[in-house]
Amino acid sequence: MVAISADAPRTTREHLAKTGWTYTFLSDENAAVIRQYDLLHKGAGVDGKDIARPAEILVDPSGTVRWVNLTEDFRVRARPETVLAVFDKLKGGGAP
Amino acid sequence: MPRQRNFLPLAGFLVCLAGFIGYSLLFVRYPVTRDVPWASWLLFAAGLGLLAAGIARAFRRPETYRGRIAGPILGVLSLAVVGFFLFATLYATRLLPAAAGAPRVGTKAPDFTLPDKDGRPVALHELVGPPSSWAVLIFYRGYW
Repeated sequence: MVAISADAPRTTREHLAKTGWTYTFLSDENAAVIRQYDLLHKGAGVDGKDIARPAEILVDPSGTVRWVNLTEDFRVRARPETVLAVFDKLKGGGAP
Repeated sequence: MPRQRNFLPLAGFLVCLAGFIGYSLLFVRYPVTRDVPWASWLLFAAGLGLLAAGIARAFRRPETYRGRIAGPILGVLSLAVVGFFLFATLYATRLLPAAAGAPRVGTKAPDFTLPDKDGRPVALHELVGPPSSWAVLIFYRGYW
């Protein structure tokens, strides 16, 4: 599980120190990857910073996208149990 | 005989405020009260009901109850609180770009390399791979 935002590593470090979360957080400070994935929300951050719109993408071992969730309301995100259910279904389907 | 204090409008305003503040402090933490903010809506309905009852008795029985000035003021404030909440949750948080060019199911996820919290570079192709390494990429707005 990898979380990606336009936050600086320092911001992420402080956030993870507070929450105790241990999975991988990556910093896309100039939003290059966010742009590459067409998930840019221009000027929506503090001081008009470009940030990511929320999205969840499931990638299989061959690097192929198997599931995409693009919320229409940033209050509403994929729930962990939803992602796990999708994962179980895709994996159980015999796909690599 | 002195007129009674009319506590209903103030109670109604406080209940509306609780619906608003409760969402940002508490309800937003749990998907069941976050995605559809029914807990706030219930509090708003209760609060506006109390206000309506309080204002009604202030005007219908002015010889018994106070609140003909405070009641409408608290009513307007409550409507402003409820209105702002509805604007924020039904409109403002939905102003998201369409992301029409986002990776589609069945296509390759574009590879990338980004620094982790300690500045170490991490590449997507290092995360996924046979036989069983899947990845969930979670793009999030950030904790500013």
